[in-house]
Amino acid sequence: MSSELTRRTAAELAELIASGQVSAVEVTQAHLDRIAAVDGQVKAFLHVDAETALAQARAVDERRAAGERLGPLAGVPVAHKDVFTTADMPTTAGSKILEGWRPPYDATVTARLREAGLVIIGKTNLDEFAMGSSTENSAFGPSHNPWDLSRVPGGSSGGSSAAVAAYEAPLATGTDTGGSIRQPAAVTGIVGAKPTYGGSSRYGLIAFASSLDTPGPFGRTVLDAALLHEAFSGHDPLDSTSIDRPVPPVVEAARRADVAGLRVGVVKELGGEGYQPGVQARFNEAVELLESLGAKVAEVSCPHFTYALPAYYLIAPSECSSNLARFDAMRYGLRVGDDGVRSAEEVMALTRAQGFGAEVKRRIMLGTYALSSGYYDAYYGKAQQVRTLIIRDFEAAFEQVDVLVSPTTPTTAFPIGDRVDDPMAMYLADLATIPSNLAGNAAISVPCGLADEDGLPVGLQVMAPPLADDRVYRVAAAVEKALQDRWGGPLLAKAPELVEVDR
Amino acid sequence: MSAALMPYEEALAKYEPVLGVETHIELGTASKMFCGCPTTFGAPPNTQVCPVCLGLPGSLPVANKAAIEGIIKIGLALNCTIVEWCRFARKNYFYPDMPKNFQISQYDEPLCVDGHLDVEVDGETYRIGIERVHMEEDTGKSLHVGGATGRIHGADYSLVDYNRAGIPLVEIVTKPITGTGDKAPLVARAYATELRELVRALGVSDVRMEEGSMRCDINVSLAPRGSAEWGTRTETKNVNSLRSVERAVRHEIERQAAVLESGGTVVQETRHFHEDTGTTTSGRSKEEAQDYRYFPEPDLVPIAPSREWVEELRASLPELPAARRRRVQAEWGLTDLELRDVVNAGALDLIEDTVKAGCAPAPARKWWMNELSRRAAEQGVELSDLPITPRQVARIQALIDEGSLNDKLARQVFEGVLAGEGDPDQVVAARGLKIVSDEGELSAIVDQVIADNAEVAEKVRSGKVAAAGALVGAVMKATRGQADAARARELILEKLGAS
Repeated sequence: MSSELTRRTAAELAELIASGQVSAVEVTQAHLDRIAAVDGQVKAFLHVDAETALAQARAVDERRAAGERLGPLAGVPVAHKDVFTTADMPTTAGSKILEGWRPPYDATVTARLREAGLVIIGKTNLDEFAMGSSTENSAFGPSHNPWDLSRVPGGSSGGSSAAVAAYEAPLATGTDTGGSIRQPAAVTGIVGAKPTYGGSSRYGLIAFASSLDTPGPFGRTVLDAALLHEAFSGHDPLDSTSIDRPVPPVVEAARRADVAGLRVGVVKELGGEGYQPGVQARFNEAVELLESLGAKVAEVSCPHFTYALPAYYLIAPSECSSNLARFDAMRYGLRVGDDGVRSAEEVMALTRAQGFGAEVKRRIMLGTYALSSGYYDAYYGKAQQVRTLIIRDFEAAFEQVDVLVSPTTPTTAFPIGDRVDDPMAMYLADLATIPSNLAGNAAISVPCGLADEDGLPVGLQVMAPPLADDRVYRVAAAVEKALQDRWGGPLLAKAPELVEVDR
Repeated sequence: MSAALMPYEEALAKYEPVLGVETHIELGTASKMFCGCPTTFGAPPNTQVCPVCLGLPGSLPVANKAAIEGIIKIGLALNCTIVEWCRFARKNYFYPDMPKNFQISQYDEPLCVDGHLDVEVDGETYRIGIERVHMEEDTGKSLHVGGATGRIHGADYSLVDYNRAGIPLVEIVTKPITGTGDKAPLVARAYATELRELVRALGVSDVRMEEGSMRCDINVSLAPRGSAEWGTRTETKNVNSLRSVERAVRHEIERQAAVLESGGTVVQETRHFHEDTGTTTSGRSKEEAQDYRYFPEPDLVPIAPSREWVEELRASLPELPAARRRRVQAEWGLTDLELRDVVNAGALDLIEDTVKAGCAPAPARKWWMNELSRRAAEQGVELSDLPITPRQVARIQALIDEGSLNDKLARQVFEGVLAGEGDPDQVVAARGLKIVSDEGELSAIVDQVIADNAEVAEKVRSGKVAAAGALVGAVMKATRGQADAARARELILEKLGAS
């Protein structure tokens, strides 16, 4: 049995460390042991370097011993999505084209984790370049859902969600471009938040779609997610799209956890047909719960959300077709066919043909087409117009209500292999999460029960206007508290125990 | 094989040229357009780079405020409207010297639009319309090793230096320039010259064509005389000097006229100018099919320069070249032609600085335009590259004014200063250059010269005053040029009773 420490929340661990009851090294070692025991099955991590992690933990212990005042999460381990650059670890973005690449610099999120004294325990798996909803597009194989190892842990940040749900780390970072934090959080029974676009820095985040990509936190509790959110968010002069405003008080909101008098809107377009009955049932109960907690619930229509998915699949691929052009074998990463005879152009083409996976190529092709002269107006231009309409839908809705709610995903975790040959079915996993990316507002997914038909976790999505991140934490925390009282503990306690193997 | 050409006069008799000039100017900001890397020219390859200008995964651009200030100044000086809101755009194409395989530029939303620049050719003023001024980042520099052409095709291997990648570039695009007739090449050159002077006066770039900090692409098309319809245009690149601008236009007129005359059609293409032959050759036709897939740059926020800021910048503009030329012409009393020579020689700054250092305008102009221009031409360098400062020139003239040097001695001082022997006073001291003004010494030398040249002296005595020149020459020779020639002449005539 691995240490009981891995069952603690990040907030608890931080307190234990701060009060000197355990050291950061002990906490880190406990999680390294857990990783060694279960990650052979879960495959959440692409890279774990025990020595580097322990050295970071030792540094925190030493700083504390020297009387330094440390941040609220100092000494707590965090699993870091392998799409953020790290100067002391490889960074692959889940792609063969970057296998073995060691960035010469830290992403802003990475740097802030270090400054806050968090221990980066390893880099987690993801769909290649964050394109996907299952981690099956990772060049290094899929991660597995701790609830049922034959199922996906969601994606693209599926390594992060799996690591947290499998108690390999209390916290994890993710990035959310179309739902890549909220969807994996929902299907693994944990909490995942997409901050307001511009609220967390993209510097050093390997870009998929620049106008949508948003770094955000995973935790097993709403408070843990909020603590991590505060640790790495806030203005960054290295990211022009970063907002120069204070981070919304998300930790305070998570502790407050009340919804009395709050106006909650149920999005008419995000539910019903196409949603698994068990998912819809748990969602409906969550709405009733909110009402019983004193929220004023109303149905709200956002008519253009219907077009969010097609608009997203023009905008995101367009940006990615340009963002991924830099992977050309000239300066770093994979190089194929450089035999001294082939031209630079041929080497570029061969490298990209072999280095990128099928889904990445599909999106590069889609985006290249959508931006082409003669098609731009009909595709990219039109999609941007739809984006504006979706932003207006949100604005109109937020005039009537304080937050919007929906199921996070239409279904629970699907079996590995089920949708790999059906991109459209895969894309539908992000149906309910995409509108918030297009509008750039704040959103969160919090567990709201298990679907009757498969006993798998269901997520409740809460959405709020840009820079009102605290609102989504407040609502999520209230739901979490009420449900845990009902269940007698966290939802994740219902997950089957993973078999630990000897190291 | 060189293209057939039609004699220039004949071409102009049959066709009316339409020009367009696209100029790229590297701004002289301390740091690059989107990162903090330095921009020093000539640093060892790949030493002025960082994750941003190398386009490393995850890196993001942040716009350089000084660069935006620089382009707004250029826009204002070109009488443009500075728009209230605009965006950067990505220009997508693959090339090894482009770190991201897209260039951050501007597309349909340039920062400055609709301006003009007046230029003068042979006393006539031509108003060149400015379509747009926008900003972008420069690419890296490729060095193709091996192969015959120095281009990527056929090279054994290529080296890339990313020091230049991300240096702020301003692109200035003219409206079509019409109605210039046979003056077209001169108008194009005058425009490039005036633009260079303007940007230099603004202090935002060193605009050195030979270092590539100013580069011109020349568009030329021909319309049959009397036809309202313009012909197909070509775009000539690699035009790296003012003289080349003129030659490239002239060549394209002659070449296109010959093509049309033989019943052919001008192909819309990129052409390369060759400095050595003054001709152009066809570039890769592949470039025609290029689709850059422009779209707004999502990593940067829109630029919305406040009106207050724009007005502040307008108020901060220095005296612009045209106004300055009018002023110095009046102050120095120059004819139009003299002014033009000064400007063309690149001597305006130098002369003005010399005047500021206390020299009268006339000698200041004389030294720079004659003695020093000649030496610069001999060495094949720009006047401003000579190792002599306006202050030193002013000092030499001061020594002449106070009577311790004459022009001939002054030339030796110039020679000494240019040879690195120090300041004028040091050269004078070291070389022992000083007019022999000791009356007694000079008188003795004159006596000696008269004695040595009895025959000539006799001629002078008998009234052939002109013959005294030979005696003066002999005195100067005897004093190694250090005598006051006028005084020596007086003495000679006095002693020979011919005064």
